[in-house]
Amino acid sequence: MVQIFHPGADTVARVILASIGAAPVLAVGLAYTLWRSPYATAQDVTREQPVPFSHEHHVGGLGIDCRYCHTSVEKAAFAGIPPTETCMSCHSQEWTNAPMLAPVRQSLAEGRPLIWNRVHNLPAYVYFNHAVHVAKGLGCSTCHGPVQTMKLMRQSAPLTMGWCLDCHRDPAPNLRPHEAVFDMTWKPPADQAVIGARFMEERSIKSPERLSECSICHR
Amino acid sequence: MRRVLPLLLPLLAALAACEDQSMRVQNRYEVYGKAPLFPDHAEARRPPEGTVAVGALARETALREPPPVDAALLERGRQRYDAICTPCHGYTGHGDGMVVQRGFPAPPSYHEDRLRAAPAAYFVDVITRGYGVMYVYANRVEPRDRWAIAAYIRALQLSQGARVAEAPDLAEKLP
Ligand code: HEC
Ligand code: HEC
Ligand code: HEC
Ligand code: HEC
Ligand code: HEC
Ligand code: HEC
Repeated sequence: MVQIFHPGADTVARVILASIGAAPVLAVGLAYTLWRSPYATAQDVTREQPVPFSHEHHVGGLGIDCRYCHTSVEKAAFAGIPPTETCMSCHSQEWTNAPMLAPVRQSLAEGRPLIWNRVHNLPAYVYFNHAVHVAKGLGCSTCHGPVQTMKLMRQSAPLTMGWCLDCHRDPAPNLRPHEAVFDMTWKPPADQAVIGARFMEERSIKSPERLSECSICHR
Repeated sequence: MRRVLPLLLPLLAALAACEDQSMRVQNRYEVYGKAPLFPDHAEARRPPEGTVAVGALARETALREPPPVDAALLERGRQRYDAICTPCHGYTGHGDGMVVQRGFPAPPSYHEDRLRAAPAAYFVDVITRGYGVMYVYANRVEPRDRWAIAAYIRALQLSQGARVAEAPDLAEKLP
């Protein structure tokens, strides 16, 4: 009689059964990885802008302070995007005929704002505030990365809820002296553990429990 | 099950056709966002003609009356000066900032006699109104900060013309 099942059939059957069991687990795993991947969080994606404004050139090259352009970052929730006049305070004299800057000159002449495309954009149900983070001594580069090297702006942090919470549960390693907030090359010193703990105390930073409450960010 | 399935399918299709329900985008205007409601399509509104902003009186007073000069005011002045004025005027006030090195018309040095003799109110006025090719900086520097910057410029002027004898304990430290 012809054998229907050859000797390896048992193994094949087991493998098939096992993969049926594993498939949903793997699929969930894959979905989870994708969901938190840079692809899904728009991390490191640059946006097309009306003028190819370069932070590398203006911050890295010319050493202009963030506050020259992002004026409200210390005082308000919104960091501020510079109006056309701010560009023109230099470009009325500097690179005045560059075609690259034509939209800026046109914007000034017509009194119509430049329309920049947002790079960072939290969902509308999340409340974020720059003033509190700056006042408590968190530097721009902790959340925005090496801005002084960016030819076009990109989002260097995932901006997921997990990312916010990682810090809210333990902000000490990221706390800087106030004068280092705008220093784009700041690295924690060797004794950051001691300094960080002292800053937590001095700046009366809320407890991890309080800072993880839903209503802090979803209000 | 067979009978329920045809009922479920359209329901599923209806759900899939729904808009994004995540509430990531809500029906409100973002700061500096587009706003179809207004003729210029901008969320940021200008105050109507003839209105007076909250705190305008306090700001005017702060502009008229110089605050007392102390270490904190000087420190504040240094911070603001470094952030806003250095691209052109340079860290020492010689008018040799980075942007000037790239071809921007050079401002006068703060250490020339005319500006040494100028009263503090003059610097506040230049920030408030601009001067020649220098733009107005009133929208970026609060009235009190203008006085702080003026005080810091005074300190810069002192630092560049100082004599060794005037600085306490300096003579001993020099070889
Ligand atoms: C000369 C003006 C200027 C200076 C100085 C400047 N920026 Fe910007 N910044 C801009 C403009 C204009 C945009 C909007 C265009 C873009 O996204 O590139 C912007 C965008 C940004 C964004 C992204 C905003 C978004 O859409 O999400 C971040 C973050 C940022 N800047 C951080 C910084 C930091 C940090 C510094 C200081 C190290 C700095 N900038 C200095 C002009 C400036
Ligand atoms: C403090 C002075 C200053 C301000 C403010 C400023 N720029 Fe510039 N920008 C310069 C200088 C100087 C150069 C030329 C750099 C060089 O020659 O190396 C330049 C170059 C440029 C260039 C062309 C060079 C390149 O590849 O980046 C663009 C585009 C530009 N700026 C856009 C802007 C826009 C848009 C703004 C307003 C958000 C702005 N700038 C604000 C000083 C300034
Ligand atoms: C704790 C993290 C954090 C720090 C520190 C931080 N930012 Fe941001 N920044 C964000 C997030 C998150 C957004 C997106 C906000 C949104 O979408 O509402 C953002 C947005 C921005 C924007 C776009 C305008 C806006 O407010 O939405 C600019 C410009 C900016 N940041 C500049 C800065 C500068 C300059 C500093 C340093 C003084 C800084 N940020 C420090 C997290 C941070
Ligand atoms: C690198 C650390 C860090 C990151 C990242 C961070 N935060 Fe914070 N956040 C802080 C610290 C520190 C405070 C100050 C807490 C205090 O004042 O006690 C704070 C305060 C806040 C507050 C004000 C709390 C209150 O009511 O006093 C809000 C709102 C907030 N964060 C939202 C966010 C959101 C949303 C994100 C993510 C997009 C985020 N933060 C990311 C460190 C961080
Ligand atoms: C430190 C700030 C912060 C705190 C505290 C916080 N969240 Fe969030 N939450 C966020 C951010 C940021 C996002 C958006 C994440 C994204 O866009 O991927 C978010 C998103 C969410 C979402 C939507 C998730 C999705 O994928 O659609 C839910 C639901 C949520 N949070 C619930 C909670 C609950 C419940 C708590 C309290 C236990 C909480 N959050 C506390 C910052 C916070
Ligand atoms: C974009 C470059 C630029 C920046 C930034 C700038 N200035 Fe000037 N400033 C100039 C130039 C150029 C002149 C000379 C103007 C002229 O003679 O037409 C000048 C002139 C002056 C003068 C001298 C006026 C006179 O009587 O000769 C003072 C005082 C002054 N600036 C103060 C400031 C202060 C304070 C700040 C910071 C808040 C500042 N400037 C920021 C470019 C700048």
